[in-house]
Amino acid sequence: MATAAHDLTSNPSAPLIADDGVPLKQKLARTTRRQRIRAFMLTVPLLAFLVITFVFPIGKMLVRSVNNPTVANVLPNFATAIQSWDETSSDYPDEAVFEAFVTDMQAARKVREIGKTVANVGVRVNYEIPGTGSLFKSASRKLAKVEEGPYKEVVLDLHKKWNNPLLWQTLKRVSNENTATFYVAALDRTYDIDGNVVAKKEELQIYVNIFWRTLWLSALITGICLVLAYPVSYLLSVLPLKTSNLLMIMVLLPFWTSLLVRTTAWIAILQSNGIINNILVWANVIGDDSRPQMIYNQTGTIIAMVHILLPFMVLPLFSVMKTIPPSYMRAARSMGGSWAYSFRRIYLPQTLPGVAAGTLLVFILAIGYYITPALVGGQDGLLISNLIAFHVRSSGNWSLAAALGTLLLVVILVLYWLYNKFIGVDNLKFG
Amino acid sequence: MSEKSAAETVSSNSAGDPLVRFVNVQKSYDGEVLVVKDLNLDVERGEFLTMLGPSGSGKTTCLMMLAGFEPATHGEIFLDNQPINNVAPHKRGIGMVFQNYALFPHMSVAENLAFPLEVRSMNSTDRKKRIDRALSMVQLDGFGHRRPAQLSGGQQQRVAVARALVFDPDLVLMDEPLGALDKNLREQMQYEIKHIHEQLGVTVVYVTHDQSEALTMSNRIAVFNDGVVQQLAPPADLYERPENAFVAQFIGENNRLQGVVEEINGDYCTVRVGDGTVIKALVVNIKSKGEQCTLSLRPERVYINPQAGGVENIVQAKVQELIYLGDHIRARMMVCGNDEFIVKVPNSADKSALQEGVEAPIGWLAADCRALAS
Ligand SMILES: Nc1ncnc2c1ncn2[C@@H]1O[C@H](COP(=O)(O)OP(=O)(O)OP(=O)(O)O)[C@@H](O)[C@H]1O
Ligand SMILES: [Mg+2]
Repeated sequence: MATAAHDLTSNPSAPLIADDGVPLKQKLARTTRRQRIRAFMLTVPLLAFLVITFVFPIGKMLVRSVNNPTVANVLPNFATAIQSWDETSSDYPDEAVFEAFVTDMQAARKVREIGKTVANVGVRVNYEIPGTGSLFKSASRKLAKVEEGPYKEVVLDLHKKWNNPLLWQTLKRVSNENTATFYVAALDRTYDIDGNVVAKKEELQIYVNIFWRTLWLSALITGICLVLAYPVSYLLSVLPLKTSNLLMIMVLLPFWTSLLVRTTAWIAILQSNGIINNILVWANVIGDDSRPQMIYNQTGTIIAMVHILLPFMVLPLFSVMKTIPPSYMRAARSMGGSWAYSFRRIYLPQTLPGVAAGTLLVFILAIGYYITPALVGGQDGLLISNLIAFHVRSSGNWSLAAALGTLLLVVILVLYWLYNKFIGVDNLKFG
Repeated sequence: MSEKSAAETVSSNSAGDPLVRFVNVQKSYDGEVLVVKDLNLDVERGEFLTMLGPSGSGKTTCLMMLAGFEPATHGEIFLDNQPINNVAPHKRGIGMVFQNYALFPHMSVAENLAFPLEVRSMNSTDRKKRIDRALSMVQLDGFGHRRPAQLSGGQQQRVAVARALVFDPDLVLMDEPLGALDKNLREQMQYEIKHIHEQLGVTVVYVTHDQSEALTMSNRIAVFNDGVVQQLAPPADLYERPENAFVAQFIGENNRLQGVVEEINGDYCTVRVGDGTVIKALVVNIKSKGEQCTLSLRPERVYINPQAGGVENIVQAKVQELIYLGDHIRARMMVCGNDEFIVKVPNSADKSALQEGVEAPIGWLAADCRALAS
């Protein structure tokens, strides 16, 4: 392209003008437009796939974590009426609200649609106040025959649990379909009688502990992977191709074995009557009655996950180390640096992009890992994703699962942000 | 950097002793092939010695053994009269310039140069002084804060040289340091390295497979082939008086004629070549009559239409091909049955005699024609 060369010399800061007077930038943009459109078209299938399978479900999850319309669906009039109750001035709502409650309950008796029955309301309230699940079914039965008021007495006399301002405050809160209650629950908090968010009773707190455990175990697993992978990757990078290929295959073997086969192998090796314990007993290292438990607990989770995630550490490290010619270390040594000093000053800093990429990869994979801890983790080896899975598959509390999932996502994003701030994503090198 | 001259270094305490001695050194990587076969080589103090040879001839291997990165399979290497086979590389105090420069990419130029000084726990003011001096020696004043990636190839090369010299080693090894540069820059750097060598009086062992580089820079050249030093001599000797057919062929351009020795007469002999012509030549390393030998003759020592009596050898030649090269013309001729015979003809006014297909007498001195055992 004919760029007016004199512009360069006369005023370097002015935009370059092509011969026909169009700014060079514009002209370049015009000529590369087709290329850019082509490039975009190439990404369209993947983009569509990601939107459908990734962005859309995550959006849905975010919505579900703050939106639960069960009560509003089943008891619509009551849900609207109770909003006008000011719980700070009276212990119970007024008669009109109770009337709406009774008529809505009677109407809801006829509904058979899954997710919109009285039982669903019971489940929803039970999330907030454990032990109230059956209350609504029996109330529904008893209220079927009530034809006239005063409804307030009738309802409050149904069961002594109805006679509790906290239940009605909770009902008001869950009637609102947009709610923060699932985040409150996910952080081991609850509402007290005054509507304040307070910590749950000690024995009911689980999620925060498991969040911490997940972070800590992931960090530990990442650390172990790094320590194990670094020397092996170094060896791989300096060995002649033939030998290093063989070694690489051995490192990648976990990739190629089915998860169940691997897990069964771990069970056979690690259980109390497993190979390791038997050998230790046979060699008199430990007594027959003091076999350590190495599986169905944290130890099992750590061992199995390190095994599975190790390749994700080796590959980025290896690919970075492969590009570092041996002449750097040689130069350092010829100038008088001992091996250890040269390694620390010259080799190690050059491998940091690989270390950064490997640790990020392994940590993020570990923090969301589900299947291995579920199989070999026992009770204290469970991670947060196991609880999310539990709420999706067993308890049916999808909103809580979504809230936990969102928190996990936020934690990962924050960590990623910190990582980017201190290491810089541009410095990562995955392979 | 202490600016000792070459002469001073030689006359220091261990006067006359070579700085480096290879004694019967052998090297094999795989236990099957000897890459270096029985190397005996002395490097004098203050000398610029070049190892020259074709690819795979074992030059780098020798350098690596000297630097301590490869163990010698057999034999002993002495540095300053001390055997160093069991001395770790970082204790040898040898500066090194690598072909790819090996500048530490995560450090600035100044930090690169500071590395050997930090290792020697030099304080920071001395360090700075040294670094500045080394940078100005390679004409890179003010480049200290740059990263190697921000330098051109030639500048990186200079930094590598400065880094190898900044800690004042007695010996500097350079393994094809100019291999990655273009021709002009390479010639300029040859001059600069040579100049620095003369200025500092440091001993340099230099590896290259570019013969003109070796000829212009070195005090002595060791021609390697197949793990053996074929000849160790100053550049002029190597060119003028090659001792065997490999050296004659490898250094400079060379015409070869195969023949049988007819008669040996003191320094001269007569040789009957392929087509029966008898040629008088200088005896180099032939021993007896009847021996097969190679006659070696530089193209620029051949005269066209020589005056009778002016040269000992005159033969008829047929011009096969002319290549115009500006300052001279290369003529490929058929001489004594060899049609790869090259003659360099100066591009003077009278070159009309040369035309493709024309026959002309050519001749050369017996002293220029070397009879080598083949
Ligand atoms: N690390 C090694 N392992 C096995 N063989 C090697 C190794 N390094 C070099 N060799 C072999 O040793 C021989 C000499 O190699 P060397 O590198 O010394 O040659 P060179 O003269 O430096 O060649 P070039 O001019 O191409 O650099 C070659 O045949 C090479 O294949
Ligand atoms: Mg080499």
